[in-house]
Amino acid sequence: MRMELIQPFINAADAVFAESLQAPTKIVDLSMDEEIYRRKGVAALILIKGDIEGRVILDLAPEVALKIAGHLAGGGVQESEQLARETVCELANMVIGNSVTLLNDQGFRFKVFPPEIHVNDQGLAGSADTEAMVMCIETPCGEVYLNIAMHYLHRRRRERDSAAVLD
Amino acid sequence: MQQFAPLFRKDNQSVRYLVVDDSVFARKNLIKMIEMFGGEVAGEAGDGLTAIAEFNRTKPDIVLMDITMPQMEGIEAVERIVRQHGDARIVMVSSVGYQENILAALQKGAKHFVQKPVKAEVLYEILRYVLSDDPNATGAPVALAGEHRA
Repeated sequence: MRMELIQPFINAADAVFAESLQAPTKIVDLSMDEEIYRRKGVAALILIKGDIEGRVILDLAPEVALKIAGHLAGGGVQESEQLARETVCELANMVIGNSVTLLNDQGFRFKVFPPEIHVNDQGLAGSADTEAMVMCIETPCGEVYLNIAMHYLHRRRRERDSAAVLD
Repeated sequence: MQQFAPLFRKDNQSVRYLVVDDSVFARKNLIKMIEMFGGEVAGEAGDGLTAIAEFNRTKPDIVLMDITMPQMEGIEAVERIVRQHGDARIVMVSSVGYQENILAALQKGAKHFVQKPVKAEVLYEILRYVLSDDPNATGAPVALAGEHRA
């Protein structure tokens, strides 16, 4: 997996959590993983298709999601599974949106699909040959996991570039 | 918590907002900021179609509009609202802040753009600018919440 594709996700995740929580965050673990993904809590999966194809999973323990929700709402939130899901979904949207912005400004074109929330392991299994980068971010509310499996489609980009020349 | 001087309409009434986002969580965050600015929530919507209906029903002073939503996306909703109400003040609020998105929204009639995660101080300055209706200030740069990361 090319680092230029991964770096925007790392930068965006770090910045979104630091800005949202108004506190420093730290990437405490970064590794490559060829195993099928095992969910740790409430997970949001986002699919990406275009010049770059793959998927990103943002995964938080429910109690971490609720702590973040409480922090963002300024306290006084009613804890529920629904709130944990909503929080993970919106955090995933922000991380992906910011990453996509950085990649788009580098000339990559692709479509991002709305997040799918998973609270069981179904739907998260990737193909056996997909290598994923797994990142653990330490925040004041607890650990947040990001799992990124992405590849770059040279053919798709070449086709688009040659079509643009023909235009 | 940071303090903000209340924003008022020219007739000294509270500013009324329509908050449009498919995420209830995101709407709650925006509403919290609106209240910090002394504003009033006129309505909420979770998609572009409902946003149009809510705009017609509530006639808000400002619309805070997400882009990626089910049924009808924010940019199309902006186009339809502005076609009917040329003086609508719409601020786009989205995590996707690339140039094409910003330009498309502004071309359809949005007044400004702010990138998520939204910082209260950035949104406040944008609202102050949009509410000022100063024709000499139309060339002010678009402020992105995350622009320092570029």
